Amino acid sequence: MDHFPTNWGRPRNDAYDAYGTYPIAQRPYNGPKDTFEAGVQRTQQPIVTGTSVLALKYKDGIMMAADNLASYGSLARFKDIERLYPVGNNTVIGAGGDMSDFQYIQSLLDSLMIEEFTAQDGHSLGPKEIHEYLSQVMYGRRSKINPLWNSLIVGGFKDGKRFLAYVDLLGTTYSASTLATGYGAYIAQPLLRKAIEGYEDVLTEEQAEKIITECLKVLFYRDARSLNKYQIATITDKGVNVSESRSMETTWSFAEGIRGYGSQTQ
Amino acid sequence: MTSIGTGYDLSASTYSPDGRIFQVEYANKAVENSGTAIGLRVKDGIVLAVEKLVHSKLLVPEANRRIQTVDRHVGLATAGLLADGRQLANRARDESLNYRDSWKQPIPLKYLADRLGLYVQVYTLYSSVRPFGISTIVGGIDENGPTLYVIEPSGVFFGYHGAAVGKGKQLAKTEMEKLKLSELTTRQAVMEAARIIHLVHDDAKEKDFELELSWIGDETNGLHLPVPKDLFEEADKAARAALETFE
Repeated sequence: MDHFPTNWGRPRNDAYDAYGTYPIAQRPYNGPKDTFEAGVQRTQQPIVTGTSVLALKYKDGIMMAADNLASYGSLARFKDIERLYPVGNNTVIGAGGDMSDFQYIQSLLDSLMIEEFTAQDGHSLGPKEIHEYLSQVMYGRRSKINPLWNSLIVGGFKDGKRFLAYVDLLGTTYSASTLATGYGAYIAQPLLRKAIEGYEDVLTEEQAEKIITECLKVLFYRDARSLNKYQIATITDKGVNVSESRSMETTWSFAEGIRGYGSQTQ
Repeated sequence: MTSIGTGYDLSASTYSPDGRIFQVEYANKAVENSGTAIGLRVKDGIVLAVEKLVHSKLLVPEANRRIQTVDRHVGLATAGLLADGRQLANRARDESLNYRDSWKQPIPLKYLADRLGLYVQVYTLYSSVRPFGISTIVGGIDENGPTLYVIEPSGVFFGYHGAAVGKGKQLAKTEMEKLKLSELTTRQAVMEAARIIHLVHDDAKEKDFELELSWIGDETNGLHLPVPKDLFEEADKAARAALETFE
């Protein structure tokens, strides 16, 4: 006799041996028989997206830059989105990819920082720890086949040391003296490398800003998902500074005469 | 205590014939045995101060803190059983995080005090558990400005301008009533809080104590932080000096 009242009155499952002791006696299962009934769908593509983030090392610390655009497909949907986010007093993260996933990451990091703050033990998480944490989260999510669709750059300055590293939706991490995500990885990265590598310890803030702005400008002309409104963040021994949004001078008048670049109809 | 031995004090789930719950009253006794904790709500912030009785010289200084941080903007000081204080602070952190996850906003103190009050009250309902042996001062700054609450072992909570719990609460309250709390700055309140703790400490009974001071105000950007070393020293020194000239 079946001693489980929840099974009474239900159709019998002859394929199931209630008295079986091998492999392990289990309670009868009355859930959905169809494996696909509780079918799940995972993120297959990002929806509202941000494009490149640029970052470099310079004399006093780290400089990062990202524009203020969040696109919906090819539509320039939101033009006031901040893609550089300070975490604690020594770190900035910049994100390309899905902006809702990025906002989720921001709240994750906020909770983490508050938890650490409430310990009041005299320690705080620096860029190194935050990057490690993010890499574990990103890899964990991709292993569940449900990734957070971002490429992130973590930049920071703590205890006199610069830190700059990358992590993406696969959990891949790497570090270099110049980093760029998205389209910037193809277009800005070679320019950055040429300008920065070997000069990390001599470049001033003004020089660094000139280089990074020039790269943003090149990206604006080449990347159709970019905007000429952007922010620059610096992380130095004085702490974190994320600038107000600013616009750069750009012009499209030259495109008139170039076929395939302007608005030719034939 | 005439109630002892009558059998009505064996469980928190039993009333005495005159409608009291003795287990809750015993919990209040545990609070009264503890070093004093005070909280001041002033013009632009909150100051928490604790007289932590040091029962052994072998203890590491600044260990076993009785002022804890719940969230960026919330501090919590307890008088009573130290371990119960930790348990309640952890609960407060959970509540605070939970509120943030739901509403993307820092928790209002009124809501936090309400939740903690409910939590403490549940421990007065069942025979299988013991009530919390602590009175808790929660202070912080939210959208309504500086706010201060006290939660008692019964689960009741009230808002205060100045709060005192523990051994020296009567004397501390008398001293606080002399202050114009709504006109003080947080910095001035730190000095007063240190003075009050030194004043209520009974040298004859307990020898050693450690002063704990924390504040939340404009000077901390709304964060709950320990009072910085230099101000702490200044307040501690002034408090000792004031004690000499008192009376």
